[in-house]
This record gives sequence, C-alpha cells and structure tokens, in this order.
Amino acid sequence: MIVASNLTKRYSGGYEALRDISFEISAGQMVFISGHSGAGKTTLVKLISTVERPTSGSLVVNGQNLTALGRNALPYVRRNLGMIFQDQKLLFDRNALDNVMLPLEIAGLPRKDAIRRAQAALDKVGLLAREKALPVTLSGGEQQRLAIARAVVNRPTILIADEPTGNLDAASASDILDIFTDFHRVGVTVVVATHDQSWIDRHPEHVIRLSRGSQQ
Amino acid sequence: MSATLIQHQAAFASALRRLWATPLNTLLSLLAIGIVLTLPAFGYVLLDNLRDLGRNTSGVQEISLFMSLDAGKREVGEIENRLKQVTNARWRFVPKEEALKRIEASEGMAEIVASLPRNPLPDAFVIEPENSKPEALEVLRKELAGWPKVEHVQLDSAWIKRFDAFLRLGKLALTLLAGLFGAGLVAVTFNTIRLQVMAHAAEIEVAKMIGATNFFIKRPFLYYGALQGTLGGLLAAALTLIGLSLLAGPVAELAALYGGNFALRAPGPGEIAVLCGIGAGLGWLGAQLSVSLSLRKFD
Ligand SMILES: Nc1ncnc2c1ncn2[C@@H]1O[C@H](COP(=O)(O)OP(=O)(O)O)[C@@H](O)[C@H]1O
Ligand SMILES: [Mg+2]
Repeated sequence: MIVASNLTKRYSGGYEALRDISFEISAGQMVFISGHSGAGKTTLVKLISTVERPTSGSLVVNGQNLTALGRNALPYVRRNLGMIFQDQKLLFDRNALDNVMLPLEIAGLPRKDAIRRAQAALDKVGLLAREKALPVTLSGGEQQRLAIARAVVNRPTILIADEPTGNLDAASASDILDIFTDFHRVGVTVVVATHDQSWIDRHPEHVIRLSRGSQQ
Repeated sequence: MSATLIQHQAAFASALRRLWATPLNTLLSLLAIGIVLTLPAFGYVLLDNLRDLGRNTSGVQEISLFMSLDAGKREVGEIENRLKQVTNARWRFVPKEEALKRIEASEGMAEIVASLPRNPLPDAFVIEPENSKPEALEVLRKELAGWPKVEHVQLDSAWIKRFDAFLRLGKLALTLLAGLFGAGLVAVTFNTIRLQVMAHAAEIEVAKMIGATNFFIKRPFLYYGALQGTLGGLLAAALTLIGLSLLAGPVAELAALYGGNFALRAPGPGEIAVLCGIGAGLGWLGAQLSVSLSLRKFD
C-alpha cells in the first residue's frame, strides 16, 4: 500500500530532515511514526501526502510511484488520501458541515448527496448535533474530530494523521485513538505520526521510529 | 448531471455569494466598471445615430450625368441601355427641354431664358445608386465618365466624403477610447480578484492540500470577474439610456429647427447583450490574469 525506499528529504535551506528511510505498510495496517519533536515525522507525512517531494529515493502509494508523477496528477492522488494535518487546517468562516463538505465539492458530488455523506461522517465522529457550529465554538477534541470527519468523508483507503492528539487531554486523546481504531477495523490503512508514547505502547508491533531524520 | 457541471454550478453560486457578501465593495467596483463602459458605449450610440443621419438625408447619393451638347437621341438611347444593365441603381432621364423649363419656372429666370437664342443645357441623367458608400460612388463615377458622349459626371457628395471622414475619425477615436477603458476594466477586475484571493487564502491552501485542481480553485473567481463585468455592462447600458433620454428633448428641438423629425435611436436588447458580453469577457480576462498570478504563491 505504501512502500518507501531510501527516502531522503533535504529542505531548500540545505537541512536534511530525512535520511535513507525505507519501510513497507500493507493494506489495512495501522502504523505509527514515532519520534521526538524535530525527528522528521511531519516531513515524512508530507512526503506521503505529496505536499512535499522527496530529494531522492522512491515512494509508492496505492500502486502509484509518487516520485514519477507530474504536478497535474497530484490533486487526484491527494483525493484518495484522508489527511489530518498537524494544525488541522479547519476553515473558520464556515460551519462544521460545510468544512466536511469541502472534499466532496472538490470531487463534484451533487449537493444533496454531499450533505448526506457529510452528515454521516459527522455522525461517525459524534459531531452530528454540532453540524451548524462554527469551528471556534468547538473544543480542541471536537475540532480534531471535525478534521477526522473531513478526512474520511471521501472514503479514502488510507488515513494519515499528523500528531492528532498534540494538545488534547488524555480523555479526548483516547477518544481519537478509538476512532482511528474503528477505521482500522473496517479495513482502512491508518498512518499516525505521534510522539505520544502511550499509543505506541498499545500498538507496539507497527512503529516507524525516527530520530533526527534517521530510522531506528 | 456530470461532476464538472455540478462544479460549475457550485462555482457560480459561490461567486454570487461572494459578490453579495461585501455589498459596498461590490457596489463600488460595479460603479467603476459601469462608468468605464458607459463612455465608449455612449460614444458608439452617438456615432451610430450620426451615421443614420448621414444615410437618411435624401439627395446625397445622387450622381448627375451630363451628355455633351451635340449628343443626339441615338447616343442618349445608348446611355439608357447601359444604365439598364447597372441593376443596382435607380435613375431617371432629364431631357434638356425639361431642364430649361425648370429654370424658366424659377423666379426672375423667365426673361433670361427667353432671351437665349437656343437651349444651352445638355440632356442629363440623375442616378441614385443603392450602394452609397463614397468609394463605390467614386468607382461608378469613373465608369460613367468613360461612356460615349458623356461630357461630365458629377458626384454630389463632397460633403458626404467629409462626413464620412469625420465618422471614420470618430470611430478611430472611439476604438482607442474603448481599448483604453477596456484595459481599465481589466485592471479594476484584476485588483478586486487579487483582494478576493487574499481573503480566501486559507480556503485555497486547504483545498489544494486535499486535492483541488487549480481549475477548481480558479473557477469561482473567474465567474466572479465575469459576473461583475456583466453587471457593470448592465449598469453602463442603464446610464447610456438615461443619457440618451436626457438628450432626446434638445435633439428633437434642434431637428425641428431644420425641418426634420430626427429622433435618437436607443441601443436595443441585442446591443445591450453585446455590451454585457464585452463586460463579462473583460472581467473574465482580468480575473484569469489575477488569479493565475496569485495562485503561484500557493505552490
Ligand atoms: N519547510 C522547512 N524548511 C526547512 N526546514 C524544515 C522545514 N520543515 C521542517 N524543517 C526542519 O526539519 C526537521 C524535521 O521537522 P518535522 O518534520 O516537522 O519534525 P517533527 O514533525 O517530527 O517535529 C526540523 O528540524 C525542522 O526544523
Ligand atoms: Mg510535526
């Protein structure tokens, strides 16, 4: 599902954020990317989600070699990934439902169907009652669940989250982990970058450990 | 319904919402675009009316053909035959006797005519070609002048030429003005769209990250520019109509002084549609330039 070989990422300033990373994630797995702050977790997530391109090495996602893809093909790759960004990137000028609608608008779904699917996604993360709420009126945990709803509304086969519990209390963080586990159970490939050791302790079998850009 | 059609619909609706969301800005932009379009539109309508005026003034398109004095019936018949073959012209024969009679009828001329030993006037033809363009008239004049026993061909159109030259100058000035003001419209749209892109920067960034194509992002802005231009065109049409109705009274008075009944022709629905179309096209162009440039920042 995701195959990385000898990935290296050097940012334009010359800083090498990732060095010679190789791993393989098969369909339906739940995998964690761990490491301290600055280890390169976000960089790796950005490479998988085609937001950044590797300096060298190859990366195959969903059978597509990302390094060989042209710029015009990238939007279509991104649509098949459910992305949960470290800073969530919610739109604060529209309500919860309209935030979740965005990927469906991009896909060109008829509005009625889009509303129905967005509501179903909100229901899955327990936010259906708050569909008309503006993101600022939601708690940190609710905002994170809204970001998850937007990521899954398009029914992606791969879900990628960057520090989804970054600044949440333990209870909210546990809710979020439960939601990811639910998706994993129904066959979605889940990749979560986190420095939260308790998660890794609960699923120690599939962890990509990074330390200052290198794999351990 | 196809996905593309749905996206166009959504983009159009979103453009309308964005226009509506900032009423004051929208109103100011519309006013700027409306005024920018009004000046060339008004100039066009005035020129068009002047051209009508030139065309409808009777007698202007006549060509007088004078035979030589020694031309007889046979030569006149020859000219008649040839004129019959020139199908796109009406003509009539003025025999020299009739011409003399007309002069006699004028006041004070009877005695002079009576004192003449013989008729000094030639036979003549008065020709009214259908094609009254100065160039065509000139060609016809040259041809007629080469016919046998034709002494002189006179184009009663010296002032048509002048009028035509004036109209052409007006048209040129109008084209330059329209070009200048069209560029103004593009500039106004460019700026409003730049501000719009800045206002929607967060949305654009997120949309791109989750798989929006550049075209998806551009679409609402293109519709915005085109809609703004269309509404500006409508406003310009309204302003032009108001201007014309203000001029109507004085023009009618002036026409009455010259014994005519000339009325200004207002632009019709077709012309208003063209004006709106031009507004839409230029608005779209301004938006396209602006959004293409602004989107580079998001890559
Ligand atoms: N756009 C960038 N340009 C230059 N350096 C960057 C950029 N993004 C991240 N880095 C650097 O790369 C390293 C890894 O960053 P990141 O992938 O965000 O780590 P993590 O998510 O594990 O905290 C850090 O030292 C960071 O400063
Ligand atoms: Mg990070």
